[in-house]
Amino acid sequence: MAQDLEQNGTAPQKRRVLVEVKNIVKHFPVRGGVLQRTQGWVKAVDDVSFFIYEGESFGLVGESGCGKTTIGRTILRLIPATSGSVTFDGKNIFDVTANELKKLRRDIQIIFQDPYSSLDPRMPIGESIAEGLRIHTDKSAAERYDIVVEMLTRVGMRADHARRYPHEFSGGQRQRIGIARALALRPKFIVCDEPVSALDVSIQAQVLNILRELQKDFGLTYLFIAHNLSVVEHFSDRVGVMYLGKMVEMASRDDLYRDPLHPYTQALMSAIPIPDPTLKRQRVILEGDVPSPLNPPTGCRFHTRCPLAFDKCSQEEPPFKDYGEEHYAACWLLETGEKGASKLTRENLPDEVRLVEV
Amino acid sequence: MQNNKENILEIKGLKTQFYTEAGIVRAVDGIDMTVKRGEVLGVVGESGCGKSVTSLSIMRLVSQPGRIVEGQIFFDDRDLLKLPESQMIKIRGNRISMIFQQPQSCLNPVFKIGDQLSEVLHIHQDLGREAGQKRAIQLLTMVGIPEPESRIHAYPHEMSGGMAQRVMIAMALACVPELLIADEPTTALDVTIQAQILDLMRNLRSKMDTSIILITHDLGVVAEMCDRVVVMYAGRVVEEAPILELFKSPKHPYTAALIGSTPVLGQAEKELVTIPGSVPNLIDLPQGCKFAPRCMARVENELTICTEEEPPIERIAPNHQVRCWLYEKELES
Repeated sequence: MAQDLEQNGTAPQKRRVLVEVKNIVKHFPVRGGVLQRTQGWVKAVDDVSFFIYEGESFGLVGESGCGKTTIGRTILRLIPATSGSVTFDGKNIFDVTANELKKLRRDIQIIFQDPYSSLDPRMPIGESIAEGLRIHTDKSAAERYDIVVEMLTRVGMRADHARRYPHEFSGGQRQRIGIARALALRPKFIVCDEPVSALDVSIQAQVLNILRELQKDFGLTYLFIAHNLSVVEHFSDRVGVMYLGKMVEMASRDDLYRDPLHPYTQALMSAIPIPDPTLKRQRVILEGDVPSPLNPPTGCRFHTRCPLAFDKCSQEEPPFKDYGEEHYAACWLLETGEKGASKLTRENLPDEVRLVEV
Repeated sequence: MQNNKENILEIKGLKTQFYTEAGIVRAVDGIDMTVKRGEVLGVVGESGCGKSVTSLSIMRLVSQPGRIVEGQIFFDDRDLLKLPESQMIKIRGNRISMIFQQPQSCLNPVFKIGDQLSEVLHIHQDLGREAGQKRAIQLLTMVGIPEPESRIHAYPHEMSGGMAQRVMIAMALACVPELLIADEPTTALDVTIQAQILDLMRNLRSKMDTSIILITHDLGVVAEMCDRVVVMYAGRVVEEAPILELFKSPKHPYTAALIGSTPVLGQAEKELVTIPGSVPNLIDLPQGCKFAPRCMARVENELTICTEEEPPIERIAPNHQVRCWLYEKELES
């Protein structure tokens, strides 16, 4: 990677894109009635595009039902996409032969939220970690064992743990086993689906630090899916924010957290309680619940809860555009060209919207 | 209610244990805790520290194989643990009430929201059906549920998590309790919904003057909502302090590590502190200080007493208590 840059003489900003997701759509059928006919479609992911640079952590955040997990699973081809394409390392992964797919499976791995349900309870964890090696390589049992031990040590566990079963470990240890397993085949890209949200904070920090270190040592690229904005800020280089099946904003971490453009991103950030009792802030509290993805609102999907929405927002969908330095957002207020028009400030907000002091 | 005493609740030496096949689980192992009138007391700690069992013990809702084996819980000068169940029923849901983490699973799925609310009012305030429904509508309006007249006919499954939690709050506050125990009330909710619920709790508290015990693992929620904090570890209180002091100068190494390990919005470069190892097994607790095996301060200060003898909880400032040998040493010298 570093060599590539030197040879091509390109600036470090123009890094190589490892994963490119284009116009991905995933609709799930809703069946009902005696004949189990399709009665509607849950629009879980609706026309989402983004890209991930090689060697970075791309954070994907949003509240439950926004489609972030569905995206992770479609990238892995664990569920088929309705339409769209995912390019990994120059290959469209929806359009590869069975052989090529098997090869891709080595390069792309996943870490799940609940390490307990993703490990086979009747298999010693050493075998779970070695399973991928058995399928994908022709390494001998002894070689596989060496790799298992190496991986276990990398995640801060001991060699003799290999013979134990999942129930003998704590949640944090199981998540580290999950990481060791994902890592055994030396993948290039790992989808981390809420890897720390089931863990206590002290253990969460352990796991995050391990993931970071491994990224440095193995040059990994991460898609980091989480609902916790503080964790995502801590872990990611670039971040995408989703709402109800749509990407509403995407930027480098610093740009996104310092200058969030989309009203949803701003409301989301102001909703996070900060562990500092001396800090006083003003918060805009969004009304109501996230609408159902079965029947999403017309136009901008956020318009039903957006305190700044105007006529156009309910009629037409705003474009997802780059508003400078790869800071993408989809909001009609940004199209007005007026500076700061999309900000949830007292001047912009209607009088009836309350700013809560916290 | 005309009591002028400063404390609404006083827990003394509470021990609650679970008798399992594997052994005795010492979930709460001798805690002292007080709740002052009108305050929001935060109880923080990681899973298994005993914070939920403490709240269930206050409500006397600990079920088999668990048992409260020792201690006193004074509420309004009476020891709740000595009251006959017939008296406890009159307090539970009336003068002390509780909201839980999973609102959907705490509501009865086969009864309408309105009926469940009026049941509370019928039991504690002897309201008839019609009056009960009327009051139910008022309560739903109070917690910000739109179209309460039609919502009282809804079943729990027809509500979102946020809405169900509002119903739970309405139910808990139906009888204007003197003490509300909120056990992880927003943990299962999305952040924008959490913000709504916290705002609702703040507003209702200023209106009703209810004391609140807020149990949570989220230090952000604590910082935002609480006046005073109790930190628990392995069934014990390890530190207790006013909110500003706890965050400014945490004394117990565990508290400090907990604060240090939390990612903070706007502090991307913060180096996260890790606590080695994991929480001890409550069946087979280590000797001495229960945090000692994971404690870096013990190693740095080369203390040997930590693994031999359990430190007592000491008052190091008028409102600040800590259970750690580090400060014991300071006191002596």
